Amino acid sequence: MNFDLTDEQSEIKGTAKQFMADRFKPEKVRELAEARAYDDSLYAQMAELGWPGIAVSEDDGGQGLGLVELAVLLEEAGYACAPSQLLGSAGAALVITAAGSPEQRAEWLPRLASGEATGAFGAIGPAAGGEDESTLFCDLPTADVAVVFDAEGALLAPAGELDFEAVEAIDATRSYATISAPAGERMPGDAGAGRDRLAVAIAAELTGIGQRAMEMAVEYARERKQFDRAIGSYQAVSHRCAAMLLGVEESRSLTYYAAWAADAEPESLPLAAAMVSARAADAAWETTASALQVFGGIGFTWEHDLQFWLKRSRVAGRMLGTPGEHRDRVAELAGLGAGSAAGAPA
Amino acid sequence: MDLSLTESEAAFRDEVRIWLKENHPGPVPEGDDAAEFEFRRAWQKEMHEAGWTGVSWPEEFGGRGASLIEQAIFNEELAYGSVPPPANVLGLVMGGPVVIAHGTTEQKERFLEPILSGEEIWCQGFSEPESGSDLASIKSRAVKSNGGWKITGQKVWTTYAHEAKYCMFLARTDPDAPKHRGITYFILEMDQPGVEVRPLRQITGEAEFNEIFLEEAQVPDENVIGEVGGGWQVAITTLMFERAGLGAVAVVGLRRTLEDLIALVREKGLESDPLIRQRIAEFQIGIEAMRLGALRTLTATMKTGIPGPEGSLGKWQWGKYNQAMTEMASEVAGPAGVTVGTDASYRFLRSRANSIEGGTTEVLQNIIAERVLGLPKLR
Repeated sequence: MNFDLTDEQSEIKGTAKQFMADRFKPEKVRELAEARAYDDSLYAQMAELGWPGIAVSEDDGGQGLGLVELAVLLEEAGYACAPSQLLGSAGAALVITAAGSPEQRAEWLPRLASGEATGAFGAIGPAAGGEDESTLFCDLPTADVAVVFDAEGALLAPAGELDFEAVEAIDATRSYATISAPAGERMPGDAGAGRDRLAVAIAAELTGIGQRAMEMAVEYARERKQFDRAIGSYQAVSHRCAAMLLGVEESRSLTYYAAWAADAEPESLPLAAAMVSARAADAAWETTASALQVFGGIGFTWEHDLQFWLKRSRVAGRMLGTPGEHRDRVAELAGLGAGSAAGAPA
Repeated sequence: MDLSLTESEAAFRDEVRIWLKENHPGPVPEGDDAAEFEFRRAWQKEMHEAGWTGVSWPEEFGGRGASLIEQAIFNEELAYGSVPPPANVLGLVMGGPVVIAHGTTEQKERFLEPILSGEEIWCQGFSEPESGSDLASIKSRAVKSNGGWKITGQKVWTTYAHEAKYCMFLARTDPDAPKHRGITYFILEMDQPGVEVRPLRQITGEAEFNEIFLEEAQVPDENVIGEVGGGWQVAITTLMFERAGLGAVAVVGLRRTLEDLIALVREKGLESDPLIRQRIAEFQIGIEAMRLGALRTLTATMKTGIPGPEGSLGKWQWGKYNQAMTEMASEVAGPAGVTVGTDASYRFLRSRANSIEGGTTEVLQNIIAERVLGLPKLR
């Protein structure tokens, strides 16, 4: 038993951290967010490194590594709040790998892995919490292909076949859209497993978002002085920061456990994915919101960068359902039986 | 990253499991504290003869030389099998490891074997009425007296004091030194005229702990652990071993509490109540996060050799989730939840101490803020 990254995984983490720090500095994040745009040349560099297909099998044109490796990358992408097509594309590829037919895999996985095509995902109908409801589809306005979860499982649709409307979400670091009706070709495989794997990928990004917001708050609490003392020396502030660490570490432990289980112990994945979906969403939101409180007034200004992490955490934490819905699923799997979907609070 | 057991870890677990199955001593006799303690002492002797005490101690000191992961597996198996704890818990978890880390060769030869066998029980004399969280402010005073020390003072929250042969005792030896430097770590013999033990009754009605009063109690020089004036560092080692050693067992206990709570919720027909479902899910998630965090800490400790300040997170989680679960159980149980003598009311009241004993939640948060996050100290 060894709950730590391998040397190879640590190397991937180091490369990703450096890449993100060099290319997605806060001023770059702001520039892209204010333009609501991606930098295609940067995505091309990520594709060159094999990132969109890191968890896609070599037969399908990917790197043949696992969900842990993808989680490592997405944690760093969340840490940088990098505007890019990585989550939509790698996320769609996870679902196509788990649920796609041989033809669907052959058509889309090599192109997603190489960066030639980009992907999107979202849900409609009861899978999104209401009859005609659509979730905010991640990356759809810019994507070539989308995974659509519906009541029966998952469909695969070229973006041109979907009737969608771009939405300006509060998170300006990514593109989003809603769809008016399900469309596309049914994926015959295990859509539930695909959705669970995707949930872990999102949780990894949320973990990185929380980590960065905590570091920003701690750094500020060390330097900002009021009443002639660093505010981080007051327990009302330092204990707030300690609570951030608790949340972020719970999120990280559950993320890497679920990522490991997806590949090594798939029977544990449904519960692991439901647990981390709820915890990672709450921890990222609570941490970014608590960081804003540490910053005080300055954190509430448009000029301050924290807003990008705060807003992304709120949207990413609800892509596949609310934390309340995920907890209801946890309760079911923990032995309380199925609840009524209408009864699950947000 | 690989969370499955290695072949040798799985073989170790199977060996533990088989031995426990064949040698399980049965349930602890209830209602008579002295009889219960003697039962656990006899059980420890049996474990010791089969080589199952001090599992992670080095072999040269009578241990099994197992890894920390194997120690955790061993503790989990004890907890899963509802096996009674050995009598000398504090000696095994804290006293022995401290003697191994800071003791002289003579002290190792003198003290370790009887700790393992349970022949000599240990207790811990750290907290005082005026020194709780601020442990370094202790006032118990030790003065030099031909070939040894005479100690006068008072300790509180001393578990097993009435059964113990020795007490891990912190006393001030230099009142003029800065408070962290004037403290010395003694091994105090309990059975002597200068030591009086009084039971301390708590809000549950029982007396799990004691107070001890010392009036010129004697300790020979050879019972000082570490340097005179160097007791603070030795004490910190003790506390880190305490937090590191109990994580795996604590998780098993929390899981059992959650299982009982789920059974109670079903018995009351509340399993589709949305608010109850949300809270049960929060406990399930929190306990799993704590289990995984403990495994990460173990992996890190095996690399560095010493438990780090991150261990404070686990203690914090334990208190938080146990209190929340026992509160909910007391509520779901209805009048029985607040009736004297019920399991629900006992657990609910006992859990009030969880955020105080072994480091208050506030002190743990200070440790995390200062030593993990690098925030400035309060002072």
